[in-house]
Amino acid sequence: MDFLHDIWGFLRTRKKFWLLPMLITLLLFGLLLFFTSGTAVAPFIYTLF
Amino acid sequence: MAPTAILGISAYYHDSAAALVVDGRIVAAAQEERFSRRKHDDSFPRQAVHHVLAETCLTLDDITAVAYYEKPFIKFERLTETFHAVAPRGLSAFLAAMPHWLKGKLFMRRMLQRELAAFGKQLPPILFPEHHLSHAASAFYPSPFGDAAILTIDGVGEWACTTISKGEGNSITLLKEQSFPHSLGLLYSAFTHYCGFRVNSGEYKLMGLAPYGQRGERLAGLKELILSELVDLREDGSFALNMNYFNFAAGLTMTKDSAWERLFAMPRRQAESTLGQEHMDLALAAQEVTGEIVLRLARTAKKLTGSDNLTLAGGVALNCVANAGIAREGIFRNIWIQPAAGDAGGALGAALAGWHIWLDKPRRPEAPDGMHGALLGPEYADRDVQRLLRRHDTPYREYGDFDELCRNVARLLSEGKVIGWFQGRMEYGPRALGNRSILADPRCPEMQRKLNLKIKFREGFRPFAPAVLMEEAGDYFDIDRPSPYMLLVAPVKESRRNPVTIEPAGTDIMKRLNRCRSDIPSVTHMDYSARLQTVDGDTNPRFRKLLQSFRELTGCAVLVNTSFNVRGEPIVCTPEDAWRCFMATEMDYLVMGNFIIHRQEQDISGQTIRRTAFAAD
Repeated sequence: MDFLHDIWGFLRTRKKFWLLPMLITLLLFGLLLFFTSGTAVAPFIYTLF
Repeated sequence: MAPTAILGISAYYHDSAAALVVDGRIVAAAQEERFSRRKHDDSFPRQAVHHVLAETCLTLDDITAVAYYEKPFIKFERLTETFHAVAPRGLSAFLAAMPHWLKGKLFMRRMLQRELAAFGKQLPPILFPEHHLSHAASAFYPSPFGDAAILTIDGVGEWACTTISKGEGNSITLLKEQSFPHSLGLLYSAFTHYCGFRVNSGEYKLMGLAPYGQRGERLAGLKELILSELVDLREDGSFALNMNYFNFAAGLTMTKDSAWERLFAMPRRQAESTLGQEHMDLALAAQEVTGEIVLRLARTAKKLTGSDNLTLAGGVALNCVANAGIAREGIFRNIWIQPAAGDAGGALGAALAGWHIWLDKPRRPEAPDGMHGALLGPEYADRDVQRLLRRHDTPYREYGDFDELCRNVARLLSEGKVIGWFQGRMEYGPRALGNRSILADPRCPEMQRKLNLKIKFREGFRPFAPAVLMEEAGDYFDIDRPSPYMLLVAPVKESRRNPVTIEPAGTDIMKRLNRCRSDIPSVTHMDYSARLQTVDGDTNPRFRKLLQSFRELTGCAVLVNTSFNVRGEPIVCTPEDAWRCFMATEMDYLVMGNFIIHRQEQDISGQTIRRTAFAAD
């Protein structure tokens, strides 16, 4: 929660809302890699990206 | 009443460090590399934090706030905007950088909390002052001035590469800023890279190489090329880099080598290859352009602030030749430079910003400054040294009287012996200032060569710095102010110089080096300059006592003072580090506290001490 609070504060203060889609994409991509590493899905993820 | 303590931290880029400010006083500070023995260590400064807390018998539960030296989100913003601006170029740099951010740096608060949890149960609030505010705070708050212009110049923080601020009372007001990618620090690093030295480490080698450059048409041509093609410099010191020549925004190297090779008509020097006159001339041209930019920035700072005082920090403030240029021009009456001017000093600045800005505490300037001679690291008692020597079965001589020890060491120095000198608290910042130093007689013409090749195992061209008694500095050097932290160069006095014929271009560097240029040749650089340290009576009485003993014996108030380490090794921290370094080099004596250890008395037949393989810096 701290992180979400901080990142929202940063986007609002710096007025850089256009970074939000990039941040979400990067975080989702990071999470995807994290949760799929070592699973049967991993080869498909690597092929996709 | 419980003390108010702010813990400053710099980490995760280079030169991690921790600093502790208690009730506004700087009580301890140290770089992690000294403990981990990994040069420019960038990991969380666990051991440095442990040291600064132990120094005051505090735990994390007693800490009011932790101040991290920059704002990670704004740094991330700079990275993403830069990648966006240069896309599709920069993909490799993007792919290299993002995992680090997604795995940790983006979650800096969490990462710091996790590390800090080892030091106490209650986690204090974490502050994130801007990178250049941390530098500015490290420059202004410990300085002896009530008000001052503050100039910070480095590679890059979040966006800022150069800032001019005004410090007054306990406030710092930003007046002017130059943003990435137009960075003087990165420009100097680009030359460092092109001349075959390591970025973020070899910049001082480039500075040491510059005096070997020769003045004339070639130098003028190089400077003109730099100012016409690489740098668009304005009267106020602001400038724009021509990004067609630089790769640091989009790639993983500093320069676009092929463009530089076309421009300067010479290939990039490979690391450790022979140094040619062309590299020395380029180093001199880079130094002179840097000096000119710094000078213009200082004039602008004067114009904007109207102050008589200037304070400096940021990696470029370690360029003592540029600093001396400001002093020589007389733009400001007084100059004070933060001894830990690089990123390590950001830890101290962040803590001081926490105290004076976040807590809004008043400031009382101290004379000569608030840094305690930069002697802020760990100290070891004689019993620690004795325990070590007994453990290693090392013969030693103990002195009950420190004056007698100094007289004896002075005699050994006058006989041409090289001494490892380990006393008191370790220095904070990149310079050894007489507590973790290797000392020698500057009058000995062979000493520079001997120290470079047999003791420090480093490049033969590297100069050595003199430490001189403050009150006698004017007898040896043209200097009108103290230089307690080795951050100014000054010319050796005319009366002490020997005439040396000017060698034709291409003369072997070592041959030129061996010319006896003055009556203190080991500390006289090619251009008769010296990066001197003045030693006064208050900050380091033990080192001063030794200088006085040497003065009494020889009439010379100067000693060669170089850091106690070998090439690529962080400066020694503990007696064990010092003993190991001593045993693995050809130093003649090691003096730790009140003990003297003589190399020839050591039984080295059964020893397995070998020079630890430190990566070349």
